[in-house]
Amino acid sequence: MEKADSKRVLTGSHYLDGDHACTEGALAAGCNFIAGYPITPSTEVVERYSRRIPAIGGTFIQMEDEIASITAVLGAVWGGAKAMTVTSGPGFSLMMENIGLAAMLETPCVIVNVMRGGPSTGLPTMVGQADVMQARWGSHGDYEIIALAPQSPQEAFTLMIDAFNLAERYRLPVMVMLDECIGHMTEKVVIPEACEIEIRPRRISTKEKGEYLPYEIGADMVPDMAHAGEGHRYHITGLTHDERGYPAMDAEVHDKLVRRLCDKVREQADDIIMLDEDGMDGAEIVLISYGITSRVARASIEATRAAGIKVGSLRLQTLWPFPEKRIGELAGKVKAFVVPEVNYGQISLEVERCAAGRAQTLLVPHMGGGVHDPAVITRAIEEAAK
Amino acid sequence: MPRTEIRITGYGGQGVILTGYIFGRAAAIHADLHSTMTQSFGPEARGSACSSALVVDDGIIAYPYLNDTDVLIALSREGYEKYKVELKTGGTLIYDSDMVQPQDTGDVRMYGVPAARIAEELGNRIVQNIVVVGFTTAVTDLVDVEAVKKSVKGSVPSALVDMNLEAFRKGYEFYQK
Repeated sequence: MEKADSKRVLTGSHYLDGDHACTEGALAAGCNFIAGYPITPSTEVVERYSRRIPAIGGTFIQMEDEIASITAVLGAVWGGAKAMTVTSGPGFSLMMENIGLAAMLETPCVIVNVMRGGPSTGLPTMVGQADVMQARWGSHGDYEIIALAPQSPQEAFTLMIDAFNLAERYRLPVMVMLDECIGHMTEKVVIPEACEIEIRPRRISTKEKGEYLPYEIGADMVPDMAHAGEGHRYHITGLTHDERGYPAMDAEVHDKLVRRLCDKVREQADDIIMLDEDGMDGAEIVLISYGITSRVARASIEATRAAGIKVGSLRLQTLWPFPEKRIGELAGKVKAFVVPEVNYGQISLEVERCAAGRAQTLLVPHMGGGVHDPAVITRAIEEAAK
Repeated sequence: MPRTEIRITGYGGQGVILTGYIFGRAAAIHADLHSTMTQSFGPEARGSACSSALVVDDGIIAYPYLNDTDVLIALSREGYEKYKVELKTGGTLIYDSDMVQPQDTGDVRMYGVPAARIAEELGNRIVQNIVVVGFTTAVTDLVDVEAVKKSVKGSVPSALVDMNLEAFRKGYEFYQK
């Protein structure tokens, strides 16, 4: 690991909204290229970025749309940049084809989605958490991505650094799924000294010229990169490809490639997944939440604990890969999972799958536009405990 | 300080969001408190009643929205009409007395300041909100006066710091008088 570049790190205590904190996290992580198309409620991220970079170096391009934005990001990464794009639901939908390409080419990049109410244009200025399944499954074919969900501006800052580091470590698109509430909420954000921020450098091949193979792998199933113009011969394609990066469309190569694209994440899931748990000892009910909903549910957890119900809290900082092992363990011990989310049931489906009938899963849906009334979550916990 | 909920309302352009930001930053950065600011966004917030909401607490703030408004700061009549029902019994209403003529229902404390007029006397109506910030600081003891002054300094363009601090002083002293 390397240390962050001090001229890109705004060390100190700041009063920032989640979008701006996200920008600062990206800068600290070394992001030097953003291509994007403005969309509420995410635009503040790139506004701040475009104001900050003239003094410290970096590129922002407002592209003609979101398809072009993600494509420019991929090109920038293969040219040597640390790059991301920033959007919300409708733009996220447009990006899906080339998010698949990013996964297939194994392009380390970050996609920030500040979620608003959908489907379609939906509720442009209001909160949603309904893109979490799309983050995982939005592009076609089998692949894995990593997705993170901050619950505060402070965490938006730190998870952006994690996002870039994970993208470089595993060479894949990492999504940071803020929701509108977190994006537009202003709180204290403490930014440490650059020397306290660990940055994972790109995995660059040390092979001699002529010996480099773009998709040759070592023990961890992740190939090393070479940037365009560095003198290596390389070929990358969205077609199913062999170690040389050449199209090789047969069942055997496809089987090997697809397994690797997925297993490089699945086999490291324990290292990737970040969870924030409390009150698990002897819990009979576990409330599973993420983003703004984890903060709204806090009052319900406290109220039901005060009423004598043993409620544990499991907050997902990592949405994908999903913590199936942990939820499976808990399913053998607890009576029920209560899953409030600002959608009509997404993460709750994953919880149900992992619980596999050993514990009940109770979805507490709330359509976009606002957050749950904590009393509704409280009633759901009480119901589950009966 | 126990959890305290503040709503600032006015019309777009009066510095409603900045007012919330200044108090929030004073609490979180310059005093040893926690604060969370949220704000209304969207077309409905532009040119008509808009608002920012602030929660200040000496402990961690989980729920960031207002349940029971302790302090309502109204810079416009429309904002006052929209949000007056939120103000809890025994709460504090602070208003620009040239813009808002509140009904005295007897169950809230009311403090008016002719902030826009004071700002005009200072030569720039744009500091109306900072007059209110000074006045509110004096009325409520919400956040330490030095912390709020630091926050004002850090939140306005550097060329306008003196004018803003003067606006703050005028507002603060209006209550003292």
